[in-house]
This record gives sequence, C-alpha cells and structure tokens, in this order.
Amino acid sequence: MTGKQINVALIGNPNTGKTSVFNQLTGLNQKVGNYPGITVEKKEGVCKLPRGLKAHILDLPGTYSLNASSLDENVVIELLLNKNDKDYPDVAVVVSDVENLKRNLLLFTQIKDLGIPTILVINMADRMERKGISLDVDILEERLNTKIALVSARKRTGIDKLKELIINHRNISSEPCVNASVIDPDYFGNLRKAFPKQSIYKLWLVITQDVNFGNINRNEIDKTSGFNTKSNSELKRLQQKETIHRYQFINGALKEALSVDKNAAKDLRSRLDRVLTHKVWGYVIFFAILLLIFQAIYDWSSYPMDLIDSTFASLSELTKANLPEGVFTSLIAEGIVPGLGGIVIFIPQIAFLFLFISILEETGYMSRVVFLMDRIMRRFGLSGKSVVPLVSGTACAIPAVMATRNIENWKERLITILVVPFTTCSARLPVYLIIIALVIPDETFLGFNLQGLMLMFLYLLGFGTAILSAWILNGILKIKNKSYFVIEMPNYKVPLLKNIGINVIEKTKSFVFGAGKIILAISIILWVLASYGPGDNFNNAEEIVRGNYTEQSIPTEEIEQEIASYKLKHSYIGIMGRGIEPVVAPLGYDWKIGIAIISSFAAREVFVGTLATIYSVGSDEEETIKNRMAAETNPILGGPLFTLASGVSLLLFYAFAMQCMSTLAIVQKETNSWKWPILQLVIMSVFAYLVALIAFQFLK
Amino acid sequence: MKVTVAHLKRGERGIIKEFSADHVPLKLLEMGCLPGNEVELVQTAPFKDPMYLNINGSHLAIRKETALQIEIELIK
Repeated sequence: MTGKQINVALIGNPNTGKTSVFNQLTGLNQKVGNYPGITVEKKEGVCKLPRGLKAHILDLPGTYSLNASSLDENVVIELLLNKNDKDYPDVAVVVSDVENLKRNLLLFTQIKDLGIPTILVINMADRMERKGISLDVDILEERLNTKIALVSARKRTGIDKLKELIINHRNISSEPCVNASVIDPDYFGNLRKAFPKQSIYKLWLVITQDVNFGNINRNEIDKTSGFNTKSNSELKRLQQKETIHRYQFINGALKEALSVDKNAAKDLRSRLDRVLTHKVWGYVIFFAILLLIFQAIYDWSSYPMDLIDSTFASLSELTKANLPEGVFTSLIAEGIVPGLGGIVIFIPQIAFLFLFISILEETGYMSRVVFLMDRIMRRFGLSGKSVVPLVSGTACAIPAVMATRNIENWKERLITILVVPFTTCSARLPVYLIIIALVIPDETFLGFNLQGLMLMFLYLLGFGTAILSAWILNGILKIKNKSYFVIEMPNYKVPLLKNIGINVIEKTKSFVFGAGKIILAISIILWVLASYGPGDNFNNAEEIVRGNYTEQSIPTEEIEQEIASYKLKHSYIGIMGRGIEPVVAPLGYDWKIGIAIISSFAAREVFVGTLATIYSVGSDEEETIKNRMAAETNPILGGPLFTLASGVSLLLFYAFAMQCMSTLAIVQKETNSWKWPILQLVIMSVFAYLVALIAFQFLK
Repeated sequence: MKVTVAHLKRGERGIIKEFSADHVPLKLLEMGCLPGNEVELVQTAPFKDPMYLNINGSHLAIRKETALQIEIELIK
C-alpha cells in the first residue's frame, strides 16, 4: 500500500451515535469548517490506524436516506455522486443503531447500490442484552454482502475491529445489494439504453434529486430522446415503490439474522415519556429547564464575565504603561485590546448556552420539546422545530438561523429565520445593562428590583415581538407548500461527556472567530476615525483650546479633557456624527450616540466600546463610562442627555433594530436571496426608529 | 367511515393499509410507515396534535393532518 490516506466517509441516520463513533476514531484530531459556498458544517478528522496507516474521516451530515430534503442532506448525495471530489470515499462507513437496525439499513442499501465499498457499523451493541436483541452477524454479513463491526462507542468496544476493516477495505464487496430497476423495468431499461456508460442508480438519483452533479445534468437527461420522462408525481410514486422494495429486501435479510424478545425490554423510554411529554407536567418541566438555562446564562456567567472585563481593562492599562508612547501603542491599548475584550467577554454565555443545548439534544429531550410545542407554535406560523432556534437566539442569531435547517416546511422555516433576530441575543445585553443602570432607579417595587424587572421586560418584549411578527408574516406571506412534519423521537440516553465537550468547544470557537473578526475590524476603524481629522480645527486643537483658557487657575487635567473632546468633535467620526445628528435628535440622542448606533449595525456589542472610545475613557471599565455618560448634556434640550425618556427610547431601538451584519449575511446564505435580509434590515430598523421616536416624544 | 391513525386512542394499535402517495411524505415511508406495518399511538400533545407513534419499532411524531391520511385496520 502507498502512504496515501484512506478516504472514509461516515454516514448514518440522525441519533445513531455517528458523532460518537467519529469522536472515538479521531479523538481531538478533528477540525470543523464549512463546505465551500454554503454554511453546512464540515467535520473531518484523521484516524491513526495500525501499521502506520492513516485514514481521513469525513463525518457527513445525518440523513435518513439519499432522498434529500435539506441542504445538509444534499451535501451527502453530492459527494457520493461525484467521483472527482477529493473527499470521494475509498470506503463508506454506515453507522446504525442496533435498536433501529431495520430503518437504518435503508440508507445502507442505497449507499451500497452506488457501488461504493460499504462497511456496516452496528452501534450501541452494549444495549443488545438489555433490550433482548440477538443478532447473527455472520448471516447478516452474508445477506448484505459486506463486513460488519459491532461497536459500542459509549463503552469503546469494537473500534479496533472497525479500524481493521477500514485498512482492509479493498476486500469489501462493492456489488449493489438491491436492484432498484425492478420497480419499473421499462423505464429503467430505456434509461440504460440512453446512457449505457453510467450507473443506473446514480442516474436515478440525479433524476429524482435536486442536486448539482458534475458531468450529468438533469435537464440533459430529460432532453435525451429514447425514453419518456415522468411527471413529478409519477417519480414520487416510483420513489415510494423503491422504498417499499428496499424494505422487502431488508425484512428478508433480517428475518433470520435478528430476533427481538419484546418482553426483555425494560422500558425506560415509556416511563420517562409519560412524564416528559405529559399534557401538564411536560410543559411545567420544559419551562423549569428554560428558567435554569436563563439563570445559568445571565447569573452564573456573570462571574467569569466580570473577571474577563477587569482583566482586559488592566491589560489595556498595562500596554499603555509598558510600551513606548506613540500611535501604535494607542492603537493597541485603545483600539485592539478593548475590541478583543468585547469578543472574549461573550465566551461564558455562549459556552453555557451551547452546553445546555447539546445536553438537551444528546439526551433526546429536544425532540420531546418539539413535540410539545408544535401545536402552539403552528398558530403563529411557526413549527415545533422553531423552538430550538428561538432559544438559541438568546445567545446569538447566527447559530439560531442555521438551526432552522431541519424545519421541513419552507414557509415555517422562512418565518422562523425572519423573526429570530427579535429574540434578545447576548450582544444586546451589555447595551441594556449600561442604559438600565443609567436611567432606571435602583429601587424595589413590590419586592422586585426595578432594574431587574426592566431587563426581564426587555426579554419578554423580544420573544413577544418575534411571536407576534411571525403571526403577521403568516398572514402576509403567500407561499404555497405541502405542510408536513415528521420528527424522530429517539431513545433517552445519558449524554457522553466527550461529545458535549467537543461540541461546546467547537461552537464557541466558531462564534469567537466569526464574530470576532468583525468586532475587531470595527474597533480599529473607529479608533482611526476618532484619532484623525481634517483641517486646522483638529490638528491645532491644543492651541485653540489653550487659547480659550488664559487663566492659570484651571487644572491641567480639565484642559486636557477639554482638548480631547474638542479633537473628537473635529475628527472624522465627529464630523460624520454631527452630520447625522438631525436624524437622531428627535429620539433624544446626541451625535455620539448616533455614531454608536451606526457602528452597532456591524454588531450591537460595539455600542459600549464605541462610547468608550468616543468618550476617550481609554479603558472598558464600565463605571467610568457610566459616569461619563451620566454627565453628558443634551445639546438641544439642555439638562442630562440620559433621561428616562432617551434611555427607554434607546432600549427600544436596540430591542427592535436589525443591527448585525453577520446575521444578515447568514440569512442571505440560508434563504439564498438578498430580498429577505434587506427586508429584515429595513423593516426592523424603521420600526425601531418609529417606536423609539414615539417613546421619547411621549415620555420627555 | 374510514379509520385512520388519527382515530387511534392512546395505547391502541392498528395495521397500516394503503394510503394516497400524494399526501404522505416520502420521509415517513423511509421511517417505516409502510402498508402492512403495525402502528401504535404512544402519546398525544394537547388537542391530539401532534401524535407520537411507534411504527414497527420506529418512534416518531407527525401532525394530525398527516395522520388523517394513513388508513389503518384496528387491532382489537
């Protein structure tokens, strides 16, 4: 054998423990990226095999069959149809769950029919005895014409056997096991005549699937004379026949190989389901879990967040104190370090959220939530499957939009994508916290802290607006579609620590690097715009200001502050800010807030950092920014700038406005159109402006 | 009256008969919802929608509108 890596594609139904097998094969030796041009996660890793060999393992998205109904599933077919792809597998490993073997084998037969050598992994083998399952592996290997590895990813058994099979992949038969063409011999016969060189099953997949596939084009097949094309509904009927035909084959293969003693199954599932999907207790438990999650995100994570905050503040001071004074140092101390701090500070919240979501998914509980919520959500044009994105949205809209992918119904999915940005994401939190601290008195009302109540109100407002706008969109959007909804209710499982750990680390990493780049770029641009300006007013700021203070009694500190603020006013950012002041003045803001709002359209969390930069505080220390903000006066009305009226107006603006470039980018990708993100941007922002305007004019 | 999956009570079982191809998604067939297979109603959400089924060992939930399309023969 050459030193070339063996290309392995890991394929399987959802909930078969495919990811656990992947983690066992690769350990931490894996990386997560995206498939080119789409946002489907691409997980790959390297597996060390005995005798110095290596395998490149690609963990393909979970799918029930090769009949794709989502972007994620398309990826699987496109790879398996394209022999020229660099990831095209030398051997496919289909992971199945011993308890759902029959259903899992459907996908196996399809992969095998593509002529790819296919190993069957039967996972969760440790549960066989408890579930009264007995399996004759030899007979099954013979019937399916393949090699089987009995694996328990949880107990770490059978992995060595699997590695051995991967090494010897050349001995595995690549003969198809089901002859799909018997479902319509005439049609397939004609197809074979028209394309004698192509594999018949591949052609069939190209005809029935909406996928891109290198050298065969669907339209080309339709145009080729010599056989009659079929209507969509005829094709669908044939697909059903194919499925039934495959199940007949599977039933035959399993008849002798598999037996299940139903009495042996001690059913944990039904006992748990009786409580967790109960018409009353099911909801009570779900809301208790939600409360726990919010508690974790907003209370427990405040400790590490405070620590990060103060660390970055002192880091900034440290840079200033130890590096030689100059442009470069102040870029680092005032631009880059606070900018980085603005990213890192979200890590605890994001990590907590992903921790809970992956526990809920790993245990199988998430499907129960979908089941419980579907009816309620449908009333608003959403799906039970919208619950996961709406909950994830409280951390960040980006993963939330991606989490809508398993919603089968396009209209429900689109509405979910459109309303998710209303939920209070963690980027809004710093803005809320500082404004609330400024304008809402720290008093108690009926035993509740007023500031806390305001924060809770803002969260409810976010959810409420999301649900309400979904209801409106449901009425407006005229999208015809066949609504259907199928969700697997998997077995309950104790989550594997390793799976969860890897998941949390990967998700957090991709958030930090994704959002991080933007925040960092913005903070550098802002710093430059605030540090430079055109003309004499900016360059001679010091003389001009000093000229106004001839008396000696003024303390130097005050003069220096005066100079700084004069400079800022005449910097590029100051000029831009005063240009937009007429637009934001009716909402009760001055030009500095205007700038902070504009820069927030890149990412909301920039708000506090922008004000920090603009107020030339130099560090991100909240107390100082807060004091500076409290001291600001309103340029038009006089009096303090931050009053109840302008504060509430600002809070409402941030609650409704679509201020996040990354979210718009992901919406564009997921909807494959510019129409939706642009509508989102315009409608949400205009609405935010009007609400803020009314609030200010009413309260002032 | 034709009996469908939507008419099952909790714990009741039936055998799937024919159903119209245009109203039942392929994904449901792939998950084992095929003529001749046994179906049991495990649990329902309020208003009997969605319905949590055990079809031949496959556990899944579907909406009532889909359940109404799948004709069955009750097992007494």
